[in-house]
Amino acid sequence: MTVRKDAIIVGGGIHGCSTALHLCLAGLKPVLIEKDYAGRHASGVNAGGVRQLARDVAEIPLSIRSMAIWENISELVDDDCGFESFGQVLVAENDAELDACRARVADLNGRGFAHEELIDGTELRRLVPAVAESCPGGVVSRRDGAAQPARTTAAFRRKAEQLGALVREGIAATSIRKEHGLWHVDAGSETFAAPVLVNAAGAWAGRIAAQFGEPVPVETIAPMLMITSPVAHFIDPVVILRGRKLSFKQFPNGTVLIGGGHLATPYQDRNETVLDWRKLSDSASTVSELFEVMRNTTIVRAWAGIEARMRDDIPVFGPSARHEGLYHQFGFSAHGFQLGPGAGAVMAELIVSGGTQTRVSDLSIARFRDPIPSPTT
Amino acid sequence: MSAAPKRDQYDVVVIGAGPAGLAATATVADAGLSTLLLDENAGPGGQVWRAINSTPVKTEALLGTDYWSGAGIAKAASESDAEIIHRATVWSLDRNLELGISVGGGSAFIKARRVIIATGAQERPFPIPGWTLPGVMTAGAAQTMLKSSGLVPDCPAVIAGQGPLLWLLAAQILRLGGRIDRVLDTTPRANYIAALPHAFAFMTSPYFLKGLAMMREVKAKVQVVKGVTELSASGDGKLASVTYVAAGPRETIPADLLLLHQGVVPNVNLAMAAGVEHRWNELQLCWTPVLDADGNSSIPGIAIAGDGAGIGGAQAAVWRGRIAAVSAIKALRPAAKVIDYSSQLKRAERGRAFLDVLFQPAKQFRIPQGDTIVCRCEEITAKDVLDSVAIGATGPNQLKAYRRTGMGPCQGRLCGLTVTELMAEARGKSPQEIGYYRLRAPVKPIMLSELANLPKNEDATKAVVRG
Repeated sequence: MTVRKDAIIVGGGIHGCSTALHLCLAGLKPVLIEKDYAGRHASGVNAGGVRQLARDVAEIPLSIRSMAIWENISELVDDDCGFESFGQVLVAENDAELDACRARVADLNGRGFAHEELIDGTELRRLVPAVAESCPGGVVSRRDGAAQPARTTAAFRRKAEQLGALVREGIAATSIRKEHGLWHVDAGSETFAAPVLVNAAGAWAGRIAAQFGEPVPVETIAPMLMITSPVAHFIDPVVILRGRKLSFKQFPNGTVLIGGGHLATPYQDRNETVLDWRKLSDSASTVSELFEVMRNTTIVRAWAGIEARMRDDIPVFGPSARHEGLYHQFGFSAHGFQLGPGAGAVMAELIVSGGTQTRVSDLSIARFRDPIPSPTT
Repeated sequence: MSAAPKRDQYDVVVIGAGPAGLAATATVADAGLSTLLLDENAGPGGQVWRAINSTPVKTEALLGTDYWSGAGIAKAASESDAEIIHRATVWSLDRNLELGISVGGGSAFIKARRVIIATGAQERPFPIPGWTLPGVMTAGAAQTMLKSSGLVPDCPAVIAGQGPLLWLLAAQILRLGGRIDRVLDTTPRANYIAALPHAFAFMTSPYFLKGLAMMREVKAKVQVVKGVTELSASGDGKLASVTYVAAGPRETIPADLLLLHQGVVPNVNLAMAAGVEHRWNELQLCWTPVLDADGNSSIPGIAIAGDGAGIGGAQAAVWRGRIAAVSAIKALRPAAKVIDYSSQLKRAERGRAFLDVLFQPAKQFRIPQGDTIVCRCEEITAKDVLDSVAIGATGPNQLKAYRRTGMGPCQGRLCGLTVTELMAEARGKSPQEIGYYRLRAPVKPIMLSELANLPKNEDATKAVVRG
């Protein structure tokens, strides 16, 4: 028996769940199909960074739109999602890096964006007292912060369901097809049909796009993270480095999350990742050099989530360039968590109204019809 | 790092120097394979034969003949050509058979062609009200102190729970002049009837007479209360009393020490973190790895022997160790002559079904209620878990998002089984359907500085420019 819905969303990450929720708010009844469970992969196990800082300019409008939602996240999902806003700081480790920061901030200002602010060594040490003396400054985005990713994704999923979204977890979407003007998707013993199909399947989304004649340069990646045993509180903002792969965040319980994008080997079809301890070792040495206070902590857990990375490191977002009613929302390239709340809102606008005030055209899948562009920065 | 492994590649790496690991090590090394045995303890023996070379308790009768039977196997391993490293922690193992190991404050990676995991058993969590109070500990911890240091209780002490180890420990404490005020036996009465069909095999096994004698020995010296159906510990900041119910009025007795034991279960953390497939064992009520008759797991090259393969006791562990070793020899030295140990294993496993059924812990001692703490690392109660289920947590991994259970330093060792069974019951599902925590390396915490000091490669230090 075929169940008629207003939209079918494939993928229960933060993006699929946020889109489901915003479609419900717009009065639609979507079904969300997730082969594992909401937040099983990148959305539930990422570093939780809520970051406008250091984004590709193509993403900034979506990021700013998201930030406004993050700041009132409880009103949307009845859960504060563990969101804390102590800013994010990009640390320059030498003068050459600081010069690059200066140029970046000037460029953003020229484009009308003011969320990134150049800071000198004094302000850097005021914000991050524990950082090594040798660092000359950096950039701060003061409204940024971090949240609990699994809790956040679960909250979006829960709220979407409360507002009328049908959620099917543990069931893969199969036989995706268009018949008589409607998208049909099988999910176990059920078949759903809807005029709208949202491809939010993360690392699995490239296959769906390719199936419908829109192959894109996407690879599956598994960024690694590790967490320490609790240490006395010593840092508030999230710290990232200009020149090396590191992101760094202390939670209220004292544990410190160390990330930055070193990659594990993903085994996508087994939902499994094999960690690369030599690269995690590099993260550990970087932490140890920059934050003496961390040297005697212990690492209690390391992991990696599976997600999609586009060749140009910005997501695929918006309507299909080939099929009416098909929308893509994937390829967030290791930095899509913060974008989730806003992306869902914008996607709902695109679906319901056919347009949005938020500039997302730079993220269109159509960009891959032409020769692959180089990264925009 | 003076004790670091001599090579960076071995034919066979054995993890754990208990009965299975020692037997496996001697067998593969004697076949001429380059062999490394890694063990966390100061000397060989594992839990069962702990401190076999160093215990101050030298009088044979005090620890029993089963204990001393380990000496010969430990000797065979140490006299083989195998390299043996004690105080070595294996903190990572992956499906490429690469191991991250820590020895003497330094870490290194080694590669193996075959890995035999012999990490044995751990005690089943026994979550009762008050089990986190100082003064409450596990029977296994008490036995560790007894074997390695000759320490026994000299204060008002109660032992509660069930299973062979409980009686063995009680007997050993009493033989060494230690104090036990009461034994509270939680074996459900119905289990005696359920176990009857397996009784014949058990009575003809070596366990039967030994077990009977040990129970008689304990009962002659200490009041034993059978059929305990409720148990709690209380005290202000530390244990002061133990309360129990056994087919009569509730009784409270003063105690400074409560030793809890609800049997042992496979220690699955390393194997699960490596990605080995496990299934819920309905008889032993725990996760056991999916293995073939030779102990080979779902990951090519990784075998599991001993109690980590499913609880079978020390004698079965020895034979499982040898069988896994033979399988490795057959794979790496096809021309070598090998012996088939399957009949010896079968004999050693005789009677196990009786013990498994008889000592199946009662539901109320596996699935706690209300304010009883389930996850000790994050102080999460049974009620907290049920509340999370009510708002959408569907399994142990989703529960992490709500309550951080299993994310502390013990990585779920002390709450994993409880969380699975508690959630299974709350959701009307089987433990197999509910699943277990996805476990992660490091399997044991590693110092950040130690990780930082690993040998470096160039790729990872390449600068990345953020857009």
